[in-house]
Amino acid sequence: MRVHSKFGRFVVYLLLAVCSLAFVMPFIWLLSTSLKPIDQVMSLPMTFFPRVYAADLDGRHREVSLDFAVGQAGAVAVVTAGPEAGRRVFLSDQQLASRSSDVRVLHRVEPGWWHITAHVDATRVVRPGSGVNSDVVEGARWDIVPRSAVESRIRFRWRNYTEALATIGGDPGEPGSTAAMNHVSFWVFLGNSFTVCVLGVIGTVFSNSIVAYGFARLRWRGRDVLFAVTLATMMVPFPALMVPLYGVFRALHMVGTLQPLWLPTFFGSAFNIFLMRQFFLTIPEELSEAARIDGCSEWRIFLRIILPLSKPVLAVAALFHFLYAWNDFLGPLLYLSRKRTFTLSLALQSYQSQTGGVQWHYLMAASTVTILPIIVLFLFTQRFFVQGIATTGTKG
Amino acid sequence: MNRIEWRRFRAGIAFTGLWIVGLGAFTAWPVVASLYYSFCDYSILKSPVWSGLENYRELIHDDLFWKSLRNTLFYAGLSVPLGTVVALSLALLLNCEVRGRSLFRLFFYLPSIVPMVASAMLWLWIFNGQYGLLNWVLAPILAPFGLHPPAWLADPLWAKPALVIMSLWGVGNAMVIYLAGLQDVPRELYEAAAIDGATGWRRFWHVTLPLLAPVIYFNIIMALISSLQIFTQAYIMSEAANGNGTVSDGNPARSTLFYTIYLFTVAFYDLRMGYASAMAYVLFVITVALTWLATRIARRRMLNLD
Repeated sequence: MRVHSKFGRFVVYLLLAVCSLAFVMPFIWLLSTSLKPIDQVMSLPMTFFPRVYAADLDGRHREVSLDFAVGQAGAVAVVTAGPEAGRRVFLSDQQLASRSSDVRVLHRVEPGWWHITAHVDATRVVRPGSGVNSDVVEGARWDIVPRSAVESRIRFRWRNYTEALATIGGDPGEPGSTAAMNHVSFWVFLGNSFTVCVLGVIGTVFSNSIVAYGFARLRWRGRDVLFAVTLATMMVPFPALMVPLYGVFRALHMVGTLQPLWLPTFFGSAFNIFLMRQFFLTIPEELSEAARIDGCSEWRIFLRIILPLSKPVLAVAALFHFLYAWNDFLGPLLYLSRKRTFTLSLALQSYQSQTGGVQWHYLMAASTVTILPIIVLFLFTQRFFVQGIATTGTKG
Repeated sequence: MNRIEWRRFRAGIAFTGLWIVGLGAFTAWPVVASLYYSFCDYSILKSPVWSGLENYRELIHDDLFWKSLRNTLFYAGLSVPLGTVVALSLALLLNCEVRGRSLFRLFFYLPSIVPMVASAMLWLWIFNGQYGLLNWVLAPILAPFGLHPPAWLADPLWAKPALVIMSLWGVGNAMVIYLAGLQDVPRELYEAAAIDGATGWRRFWHVTLPLLAPVIYFNIIMALISSLQIFTQAYIMSEAANGNGTVSDGNPARSTLFYTIYLFTVAFYDLRMGYASAMAYVLFVITVALTWLATRIARRRMLNLD
């Protein structure tokens, strides 16, 4: 539809821009958080770009963290006597007046100056007892300086990704320790997800195309009844089947393996049968008839005539199944209990509960990695996606 | 059956055989077994013991069952209409001949294919009361009125609305369907309406909406059915609010104890499979009633089901 007035067009573009911002913002926030050091994740005011700060601390130019702004005037001083001798303290003007005897003032502090601390990267103090913490910082660890004395530049912390992937399967630990034995590599989760997706896609394309052919191109007694039943099963909610299905796979000794997640695709699914049947119905019957007169069997007609003409619908079904299997959470939660068998979705959730949900930078990095394959897949197959949704949603 | 009919029948069974097995093992049997279990006392470890209507009787007096049903209906009642309005509005905007339409469509559609677990993580962080993106945006807007944004997922009053907001981020799928429907509306109808002097709002109300009605109906019912099954996002978020790995609470204060979450807990944490099956059947009946409505509408206007 065409909007004619200039004002109308302006409003349309404005609304589109605002809505786009609302839809895209969460992604930007996801990426931004995944590339920040944790102290900038949990700090106010919020920033979108992760930064590094550097300042002179006792004559050395160092990376520092920006802690907070100081509210009152005073001074940074060194205690010269007593049990705390040598300690660096901040004293307000009042405090300074009352204890001028045992301190030596280093410099004045004006209100609005910033408290900075020599930066110790969180990951370098992870293992207690290795002494990393103490020898990274020599001399003074903190100071209070004017904001202008702190220089900053944008730096993405790509290491979040390697660290998140290293810890998603639990604490990697020292080689040989129990922690290391229980640790599961990220690649195992990725492998599990791909196994479920790829086998599921093969099953979906294989079984549903054959079954749909039986419904669309063959005439036989009982077909229409069976097809009606097939459609009816689409309305059965998965949660209602959960308990007996668990029992079925338990009886087959498949609980705890990936099999319950892909095996059923080899036996068809109502939705995909319906989708493919509708497509097969649009292929002219004359093609099959001609082949039959030439003595072709139904299997040959299916393989040589129908399948080659049905690539678009096969692609749509394959894509949708890949998406479904990659995103599925309830299925893996139901059947899988050992970490080694987890799919990426389940591993991500277990990572969140095992870290207590405060390591936001790692969680966002791991989430990004989970989303990425889907986005890449989408960008390469956009055409099929849009086509697929439109046909399944409106015309059927 | 004569010989030809018999041959055709054999071919039909040969092609659909896989599905007949799958239908039996993964749908028909579970549907029947579920019904049987719902009249039994059954933990997966021992064989079921008949207990008549006991499970259903208990269900009527189970406060948590009613709570979970109310929570679920509240969520569905809010997310379905809002989702429909947002999806339809976006589709209408995109249907105006705008430059960069495919880019806008990409923006709106992408969130709907993000894995639910990942988007639950993301929104958990966006809803963070202290450092979250949403309150960073809202706080300055609300401040002049002396208001503070809520703590969302930590607040029993706001946890469900938060999940509704999150669901709006995923309306892209419905939007694409509506857009396709809009593009099928014949141009001549708009031209005819223009000649009759109908513009803007009236054209939408009297031309677009009636033509789109079947698609909208169908989508509303589908959205309703899936929102009755809300699970993943609520499971993850309530576990995060809880911190100790149990979900049965539907934290905070059972405000996110949804039907499927309660069902899952009863079945796989308490191992009360019979009781869970009774719950499953109640859900099944609700869903069937709604789907019957959907197919009735769809049969009339859209799907070629014969």
